[in-house]
Amino acid sequence: MRTTAISALLGALVFVAAGGAMAQEDKIVLKDGPGKDKAMQCTICHSLDYIPMNSRFMDKAHWTAEANKMIKVFGAPIPLSDVDAISTYLAQNYGVGTTK
Amino acid sequence: MKKFPLAGVDSESRRRLLLGAAGVGALAALGAGRARAAPAGSTAALGLAELPDGTLAEQLLYALPGKVPLWKKSFRPPNFETPVQYFRTVITPNNAFFVRWHLAGIPEVKATDWTLTIGGESAEREIKLDLADMKKHFKPAEITAVLQCSGNRRGLFQPHVAGVEWGVGAMGNAVWRGVRLKDLLAKAGVKSSAIEAVLNGTDHPPLEQTPDFVKSIPIDVALNEDTLIAFEMNGKPLPHWNGGPARLIVPGWTGTYWVKQISTITLVSKPESNFWMKAAYRVPRGKYKMRHFESQLGSPNEPITTMVVNSLVTSIQSGVRIPRGKPIPVKGIAWDSGAGIDRVEVSTDYGATWRKAKLGKDLGRFSFREFDLELPTRENGALIVMARATSKSGETQTEQLVFNPAGYHHNVIQRIYVEVV
Repeated sequence: MRTTAISALLGALVFVAAGGAMAQEDKIVLKDGPGKDKAMQCTICHSLDYIPMNSRFMDKAHWTAEANKMIKVFGAPIPLSDVDAISTYLAQNYGVGTTK
Repeated sequence: MKKFPLAGVDSESRRRLLLGAAGVGALAALGAGRARAAPAGSTAALGLAELPDGTLAEQLLYALPGKVPLWKKSFRPPNFETPVQYFRTVITPNNAFFVRWHLAGIPEVKATDWTLTIGGESAEREIKLDLADMKKHFKPAEITAVLQCSGNRRGLFQPHVAGVEWGVGAMGNAVWRGVRLKDLLAKAGVKSSAIEAVLNGTDHPPLEQTPDFVKSIPIDVALNEDTLIAFEMNGKPLPHWNGGPARLIVPGWTGTYWVKQISTITLVSKPESNFWMKAAYRVPRGKYKMRHFESQLGSPNEPITTMVVNSLVTSIQSGVRIPRGKPIPVKGIAWDSGAGIDRVEVSTDYGATWRKAKLGKDLGRFSFREFDLELPTRENGALIVMARATSKSGETQTEQLVFNPAGYHHNVIQRIYVEVV
C-alpha cells in the first residue's frame, strides 16, 4: 500500500527530527465512530492533534473545505471519494455542537 | 495630580461599559475568571477571549529536546507555544522560545554542513557560502528583535478560525547575531531588475506534491541594513528548533518571512507565485495599517507584512485578589513593527481615563519594551485593568477584534478582572 509505505517513511523521518515527540504523537486517540478509519489518513502528513485542536467550531461544510484543501492544495494522497465520510466523521465528533 | 478612581463605577455602568467595549465573550471570560480557576493555558485568564475548548483540552506542556515544557499545539509538524511566565523577562530564553514549522520534513543540519546559495536571474553571479566564510569574510551584525508568528493569538478569534490555535505565546524577543544580507547580496551582485528575494530552507514537505515552504520579500527589504542571516541567538548557536544553523531575520515583519534553515536565496524580476505567497498569509487588502508588499498586492487581499502594535500584561491574571492598600502590579511588554513604543497606558475605568506606565530600558526599536505601573488600591471592589500600547508612529491597540479569515493581527486590549479585598 502506497499510503502505508509513505506513513512508514514519514514516521522514520520524523523520529529523527522529533525524537520522543513521536511516541507522544502515538498517544493521540481519535473518538470512535463511522469514518474514523478514513480520517486516520490525515496522519500521512500531520499528527492527529490538529483535529481536536480545531474543535468544536466547524460544521460539516467547513470540515469538507478543510479536507478538500488537504487533498487539492497540499496533495494528500486521499481519494476524493473519502471526503464525505471524513467530513461527516469530523463534523459528528469534532464539529460545532458536539460534546467533549 | 488627577484623582484615579479604582472602584468608583457603579455596577450597572460597569455592565453596560463592559458589554459595549468588550463584548459578550469577554464578559463571559471575566465571569469565568471570577467564578473558578481558569484551565491551564487559558487566554481568558489573561483578560482576552478564550481558546477553542478543544484546544484547551488537547494542548499539554511538553519539552522538546533542549526546550523547557512549552504548550504543545501539534507534535508533527512541531508547533509549541511559549508559556506566559517567560515573557516576564525582556529577552525570551532560547530554551523557552516558541517553535513553529509548517511541514514535517525537518532535517537536523550540522553547522559544518550548512551552506547558503545566492543566485537567480537578477543576480550577477551565483555564490555559495558556508558558516566559516560568513564569519571570516563579512562584518558581524547584531539586532534585538521580536519574532512573532503571523497567527499569534489566532485562537482568540471570535468566531474561531481554523489553523494552529495559538494563544499569546507564538512570539519571542532575542538578540540575533550574524551578517547583513545586503553584504552577501553585494557579493552576488544585485541587478536593477531584481524585485524580490525568494527564500527557501532545507525543511521540506512530507510528500513531493505538497508545496514546499518558500517565501519572498521585497528587494528593498532584503537590502535593508537590519535584515540579517543569523546563526546566533542570545549568544548561543541558533537552536535547531528555531531554524538552526541559520535563519533570516526580518525585523518588524511577521515570522513567516524569517525563513528557518535558510539554504537558497534567489533574486527574481517577477513576483514569486507559489501557494505560500499567493494563497496563504494574506489579509483583506487595505484593512490593516502596515507596509504594503507592492509586487504581491492582489484582489481582494494582500500579504501580511509588518506587525501591528501590541502589548501583554504578564504580572496579573483575571480573578486575582489584591488586599486593599497594596498596589496592583501592572507589568508587561509592548512591541510594534519598528517605530518603537511611545507609551503604554493603563485604565481602570473602561478607557475613560488612562495613566502612563513607566517604560523599561530601550533595547532598540524592534525589541520588546517593558512597562511597569503600580496602581494604588484605596477601596474594596472589583475593577477591570486595561493596558494599551501606542507606537511612535501613533498606532494603538484595538478595543475590538478587527476580523480576518486567517486569524492574523490580533491586538485587542486585555481586560483583566481584579478584586480589591
